[in-house]
Amino acid sequence: MTNLIPPAGILIFGSLLILLFRGRMRQVYMIALPLLTILYVFSLPEGVYWKVRILEYELIFGRVDRLSLAFSYIFAIITFISSIYSLHVKDNLHLVSAFVYAGAAQGAVFAGDFVTLFIFWEIMAFAAAYIVWSAKTKKAVSAGMRYLMVHIFGGLLLLGGIIIQYHETGSLLFNYVGLKGLSSWLIFLGFGINAAFPVLHAWLPDAYPESTETGTVFLSAFTTKTAVYVLARAFPGTELLIYIGAAMTAFPIFYAVIENNLRRVLSYSLINQVGFMVTGVGIGTQLSLNGTVAHAFCHILYKALLFMSMGAVLYRTGKINATDLGGLYKSMPLTTIFCIVGAASISGVPFTSGFVSKSMIVSAAGEGGMLAIWIALLFASAGVFHHSGIKIPFFAFFSHDSGIRTQEAPKHMLVAMGIAAFLCIGIGVLPGPLYSILPYPVEYEPYTAAHVIDQTQLLAFSALAFTLLMLSGIYPPEIRSVNLDADWFYRKGSALFMRFANNVLAKVEYNIIGQAYEFMVIKPILKIAGFLKLIDTSGVDKTYNNMATGSIRLSDAVRVIQTGRANDYAFVMVIGIILLILIVLIPIVI
Amino acid sequence: MKKILTIFYSFLVILILIDPFIHKHAYFGFDEYPSFYGAYGLVACIILVLAAKYILRPIVMRGEDYYDD
Repeated sequence: MTNLIPPAGILIFGSLLILLFRGRMRQVYMIALPLLTILYVFSLPEGVYWKVRILEYELIFGRVDRLSLAFSYIFAIITFISSIYSLHVKDNLHLVSAFVYAGAAQGAVFAGDFVTLFIFWEIMAFAAAYIVWSAKTKKAVSAGMRYLMVHIFGGLLLLGGIIIQYHETGSLLFNYVGLKGLSSWLIFLGFGINAAFPVLHAWLPDAYPESTETGTVFLSAFTTKTAVYVLARAFPGTELLIYIGAAMTAFPIFYAVIENNLRRVLSYSLINQVGFMVTGVGIGTQLSLNGTVAHAFCHILYKALLFMSMGAVLYRTGKINATDLGGLYKSMPLTTIFCIVGAASISGVPFTSGFVSKSMIVSAAGEGGMLAIWIALLFASAGVFHHSGIKIPFFAFFSHDSGIRTQEAPKHMLVAMGIAAFLCIGIGVLPGPLYSILPYPVEYEPYTAAHVIDQTQLLAFSALAFTLLMLSGIYPPEIRSVNLDADWFYRKGSALFMRFANNVLAKVEYNIIGQAYEFMVIKPILKIAGFLKLIDTSGVDKTYNNMATGSIRLSDAVRVIQTGRANDYAFVMVIGIILLILIVLIPIVI
Repeated sequence: MKKILTIFYSFLVILILIDPFIHKHAYFGFDEYPSFYGAYGLVACIILVLAAKYILRPIVMRGEDYYDD
């Protein structure tokens, strides 16, 4: 048999060998490993493989069906493209973490039981945090830390849900769950954090823009789409998801309009696009679920393409804020073209991939008679064109000339962007092959005259709005700024709590407890000390000195883990509370 | 620049002109009015930008070093 090991194994164990290679050999290996993964997953027959028995549990590493295969295909393809894009990277651990991350996503997609899913879920969280840290800037380190905290919290919710569900049903199989009790809600929220549900989303625009030019390309593909996959598996037709998804499509575009960091703009539009997929899962018809899978497939390609083009700009100029860029088309014409292809695809311009996938979800909402949702999705379609379709290429490559003259992106980056751009247009022109791998038979025809003209009008008149607002000077100027989002609550909210703790609690503590302490503890100790002082004559001093030096050394060592940042303490506290709850809960439910 | 704008505006006019001749399948009724999608896109984007500029930005914008990390 060819299928001896799960695809996750190839990438995760294979990634370790990167450490052995140098120079040209390492580059060859970095192309060969994902290429092998592509060949492998495309040859996988449907079925259930790789069952491992541990005690009374059965772990299933390979539930291979049309839903998991579609995600596996695109994950393998994007690993290949991102890997080519990363050929210049010297930092071995950065590459290893990227491959482990991609491999864990494959593992999560093929997981047939909750334990396997949870294991890969956690590997993804840690590997992704390391990818953020790889940028090695102060901002990246703290953003990566926050990323990890949020995802550990999400993982705990998921774990709690799994344990309770196991107690209730006696089964660990990962199948349809549906919203029907505490356990399913915990699982739902655990998935929801990774899917960037509104309010739970802030980790994404916080962390993704801080990674390296290559790290962000990897990050953009896997976490949210794995979440879309598990939602499609466990919660199809859950009505709540329709509203959550619609909210996700709408609110980020307002942020994207005023955001200055272009990779953060792309992060907000990522949430907007995942919103379409979540809506599709919520509608739950064959058309909408097909649309979700198709859109995930296309989205991974064009979002990676957009992040690659912005990564190339960052790599060449060291700048990523709209206020610092402009006029780069003169120095980077090919990157400009690739960026425009990505921008056209995310906007759903006819004959690009977004057109043939997003429209399935919008049509499903229309056919279901969901007026408000349909209006929201249409608004989001116009809005995404506005900021990702126009703003990104316009401010980076055209707009006012920033005076920056640089080189075109390195060859391997151009190759990676070229492949992604080719696929974006290829799928748009010939959607047949994509439609053939979707979970259900496709009876959808994207290229009707009405659909083409409607979508073209929507986009063209959105562009007119941009043009008129620009020419009249009403369009908001780009400003260097921080725009508050839900992460405020754990970045500043925890600091406010600490201030409250310092000013109010500390006073109470000092005045009441402190005085009682002084009376009952300090005074007696002073008396004893006075007595000991009598004993402490010559000879004893030296021992004291040695002990003091020792304890200073110890406190130096301990000080390293005391960051002094209120956020970190507050987070540890929150996680401690959750752990406590779980520790109490677990014996009750099992 | 002026030339590009002229081409763009002519393209919009053509879109409006051919729209009534295309057979539409409406989901809700009003969406088969000629150039509904164009009108919607224009209005939606203007509202989007104005809301982002005059409502969202005053609420959420802070100095670049607001988070001192």
